[in-house]
Parts: sequence; C-alpha cells; structure tokens
Amino acid sequence: MSNAMLIDITRCVGCGECTRACIAANDLPEGDDTQLSCARYTVVNEVGNPQASVRQLCMHCVEPTCVSACLVGAFRKTATGAVVYDEEKCIGCRYCMQACPFSVPKYEWSSLAPRIKKCSFCHSRVSQGKLPACVEACPAGASVFGDRNELIREAHHRINENPGEYVDHVYGEHEAGGTSVLFLSAVPFGLLGFPDNLPTEPIPRLSWKILKEIPKYAVVSSLLLFGIHWITARRAYVEKIEHRDSETEELR
Amino acid sequence: MKQAWKRRYSFWSLTAAVLIVIGLVGVIQRYAFGLGETTNLSDRFPWGLWIGFDILVGVGLAAGGFTIAAAVHIFNIERFRPILKPTILTAFLGYLLVIAGLLVDLGKPWAIWHALIYWNTSSVMFEVAWCVMLYTVVLALEFSPVVLERFNLQAPLRVIRAITIPVVVTGVILSTLHQSSLGSLFIIIPGRMHPLWYSTILPFLFLISSIAAGLAMTIVESQLSAKAFGRKIEVPLLADLARVVVVVLATFLAVRVQDLINRDALRFALEPTYQSGLFWVEIVLGTFVPIALLLIPRFRHTANGLFNASVLVLLGFVANRLNTAITSMEQWPDRTYMPSWQEVAITLGLAAVGFALFSAGVRYLNVFGPQEDPGARQRQEVLSQGSRTTSRRTDTVCAEASSHI
Repeated sequence: MSNAMLIDITRCVGCGECTRACIAANDLPEGDDTQLSCARYTVVNEVGNPQASVRQLCMHCVEPTCVSACLVGAFRKTATGAVVYDEEKCIGCRYCMQACPFSVPKYEWSSLAPRIKKCSFCHSRVSQGKLPACVEACPAGASVFGDRNELIREAHHRINENPGEYVDHVYGEHEAGGTSVLFLSAVPFGLLGFPDNLPTEPIPRLSWKILKEIPKYAVVSSLLLFGIHWITARRAYVEKIEHRDSETEELR
Repeated sequence: MKQAWKRRYSFWSLTAAVLIVIGLVGVIQRYAFGLGETTNLSDRFPWGLWIGFDILVGVGLAAGGFTIAAAVHIFNIERFRPILKPTILTAFLGYLLVIAGLLVDLGKPWAIWHALIYWNTSSVMFEVAWCVMLYTVVLALEFSPVVLERFNLQAPLRVIRAITIPVVVTGVILSTLHQSSLGSLFIIIPGRMHPLWYSTILPFLFLISSIAAGLAMTIVESQLSAKAFGRKIEVPLLADLARVVVVVLATFLAVRVQDLINRDALRFALEPTYQSGLFWVEIVLGTFVPIALLLIPRFRHTANGLFNASVLVLLGFVANRLNTAITSMEQWPDRTYMPSWQEVAITLGLAAVGFALFSAGVRYLNVFGPQEDPGARQRQEVLSQGSRTTSRRTDTVCAEASSHI
C-alpha cells in the first residue's frame, strides 16, 4: 500500500500544531517557523488574497526527481510512499536542491559536515503503525493520512459533494507525475504560491530521454571515429608511398 | 623588447602569486568555517559561482583538448600537430582545476569517492562524475608522452604510442558526453529556469559552444605562451583555427535562435529586463561581434585581431555559462545571488594556479618543441635502403601507424 497525505486547505485553521509536533518528533533545533529550512520540515503560512493557511512539506513524489537526480542514490522512495534520505551516501553536491520542483530539500549550511534535511513522512513512526506526527496533532482534521488511491477518491468526493467550496483540482494528483501529498483548496493553487507550471509527466523522464541514448552514442561514435582514422591513416600512407616511389624514380 | 617582455612576465607572475595566496586564505576559511559562513550560497541558491565558473566554464575551456586531438589523430590533419601538446596540457590542467573546484564546492568532499561505489545510472550527475574521472585519466595518458620523453622512459612510451588511437577515441567520446551532460544537468529544472536559457536541447547547445570556446582558448593560450616564452606566433595556423571557430559559432547561433523561436521564447529577449540585458551581452559580445570580426581576412590574419576576437568568444562563453547557472535562476527580489569575496578569491586563485602550472609545464617539459618521432628515422631508413618488398611495406605501415599516433 502506498501512503499519502491529504491536506484540505479549507479546513486548516493555521494553528501550527503540525509544525510543533514535527519539531518534537524529529527533535529539531530552534528556527524560523515561517519557512522550510534544515530546522523546519513543515510550516504553515497565511498566504494569498483571500488569505488561506497553507502547509509546506516534502511532497513525496510518486516518481521523485531527487531520487533520479542524486548521483550516489542517497534518496529512495519506499514501498509505503515516503521519500527518504541516507546521509551516509550523500557527498553534498546539492543537485537534489536544484532538481526538486517544489524546492523542498534544505541544507545544513552552517555545518562542517552538512546534510540535506527534509520531511521523511515520519517513515519510522509509520513503520511502527503510527500516524505521521503532524497528522496526529492536527486538531481540525485538515491533514489526513491513508492509501493514496482512497485519498484521491475522497478528495474528488469532497469537491463533488460541496459545489462551490473547492476549485475542481486535486493538487498532487498529476503534478510532476503525481505526489503522495495532496491538496484541496478554495483558491486556485497558483495564487497560493504552488508551482502551477509543472508537467504531468514525471520529471526524471526528461533526463532519462537523454541518458538512455548514451550507450548507442558511444558505440556509433567509436565506430565512426575508428573508421575515419582508418581512412585518413590509409590515405596518408598511400601518399607517402607514392611520394617515395616518385623520389626513387627520380634517383634512377 | 625582450627586456620589456621579461618585466611584463614577472608582473604577471607576481599577480598570479598574490591571487593564489588570497585564494588560499579563502580555501582555509571555507574548510574552517563551512559553506554558510564563507559563501553566499543558500537554500534559495544552492549553486553559485563555483559551479557556474569553475565547473561549467572550466570544463568548456578544456574542449580544445578533444577537438585538436581528434583533428590530428583521427582526421590526420598534420598541420595542427604543433598545437596538440599545449592544447592537451591546457585541457589536462583544466580538468585538474575542475576537480579542485569540486572539492571546494562539495559539502562533504571527503566522500567524493562514493561516486565510485554507489551508482545511480538515472542521474545526470552520475554521468558528469564518471566523465570527469575517466576523461582526466585519458588526458593524463594523452599528455604522458611529454613527461616520459623528458625522462627518456622508452618502454612506457612504446605502450602509450601503441594505444594512442583507442585512447583518443575514448577521449573524444567521454569529452563530448561530458560537455553535453553539463547542459543535461539543467533539463531536470523545467519550472524555475528563465525561458531564455531553459531548453531541452541544452546538451547539444553546451557541446557546440564548448567547441568554439575550446578553440578560442587554444588561440589565446598559443599567443600568450608565444609572447611569454619569446616564440613566434603561428598566425596562419591560428587563422585556420579561427575559421573553424566562425563556423562553429555561427552554427551555435543558428541553433540557439531557432530553439528560442521554437519555444516561443524570443519575445523574452525583447522585454526590458535584467535577464534580457545579459542575454544580449552573451549573444552580441560572444557570437555576433567575433563572427563579424573573424570574417574580415585582414583582421583574421593578424595576431592582434585573432587574439581580440578569441577573447570576445571566451567572454561570451563565460557569460553564457554564468547566465545558464545563475542569471536564469534569479528572481528579483526573492531569489538573487552575488558571490562572496571568498568565492571570487578561490575562483581567481584556481585560475592563477592554472596559469602557473601551464608556464611551469612549458618551462620544464618539451611542450612546444618538435615532437620526437621515432617513425621518421624508420622512414629515412626505408627510403635509403630502397628495398620495397611487400612485407617490408607492411612493417613500415605498422611502424608509421604506431609512431603517428
């Protein structure tokens, strides 16, 4: 079963209990509660006009860009839906930070052995059968956790049952090939700062289209280069022989 | 005249020494206090000057290495042989400096070897890492005859000469892959890059522009070292290179503009923005002007003309890479970046190390002298003997093939 989280922005009261629960569960240090950082894996902000309380956290993409981008494979999408990071493998190139379409991975800039920091979907809690800390703490029922397919059905059900209350869009159903964090909103997502220009094709496929051609390129170009060398070397040799023959001709 | 050059040369040595010392201070601070303290990199701007210049520009300027190696060894264009060794040296030093730059930029440089054991073949960065490693080895092999000749080590020389063609072919493949993969790195960022730079054909654009820049670098470097070491500048040879530069640059310009039209992005160049300004700097300074100048024969056939046009090509190339890596990601006022003094100092310091190593190489190794050519002796023998049995001919072919490589 692949898990997901459905966040209903219309139900969120912006109390920040999710942020505090996350800090406690992950033992995070002091930090700015308004933006994601190496000290905050989820934050809630009042954004847009009309205002809405919007949570930010790792979207746990179905086909994550960070997983494909990391050269040492430090990111992994688990069977339960979480995108987790292995700090032992990481070399600190920060390509995941560039690659993430949601700008989620954050870096321990002030550390001498810096690591990437981001939400792990409470992977260890969930594997013990518990809920993610933020979902458990939410007093308004704005964040719920469950099977991704069921939550998508639930999201469309809410849209259909409450005409006019939501924009007809489940954010994360198709964005970047689909994510395991899904949002419902009354305001168009672009106005709330959600990236609204993402392809529905999983982003890793953009680079795979090029990477998969490399073996072919290597074979064809080496044949071509050896072939050209064969021809030009032969031509140079023949020229030399002819030159030499004409010289000996003259000597005679 | 000679005195003046000597004075100038020592002026540049002093400048390099000062830059290296300041750069070292930057390096010490970076390792002592971390990236956050010493750079203006941040969560909003995780890649800055070091990736934009030390890596993207550094690798691009080394592209002369595979181009000239292919011209001489694969296409047998003997005319270019005199500039082969200095160009390979430039490329080799360029790659060493790229690795040095990486060690500064990586958050955990001591873990760089992880790339050897943890493989993720769906990562462009994985391709980049392996190309850096393998092509550096290839460049070392390609340059090794110069060092082996210096110490007269005949046995390894024979081995290197025997495998030259496979080594050069491998080098051309790795280098073209590497140049293009640096463009592929950005393909995964469709949302955040400015449309004047984001394109799915970035790998192809990076490859073409690196060839022009690599050859322009060869022209500049030949002239600088000719002046520094009191050698004659080979204007006709460099003018030939400049003609190739014109063709490659024009191709680049055509593909670049066509791509902008296809993506309906040319309109962004006409908007009065900071980005469009830097786009025009890149296009006008780096392509239009040098193409126009180099098309004028009187200009192309003078040392100064060649030099100035090539410097413009290089500046345009630097602008293109910095624009791709930095300008295209900037969004005023939320997301902006200016390098810290340590970032600038380390970049300049690395460049100065490059110049210093190059001149040391020229001074202590036979980089510009005529290549020792054991095949020539054999050919001489064949000529004087005058015997031409078929088997003898076959022997000569082998000897010539192996020596020529």
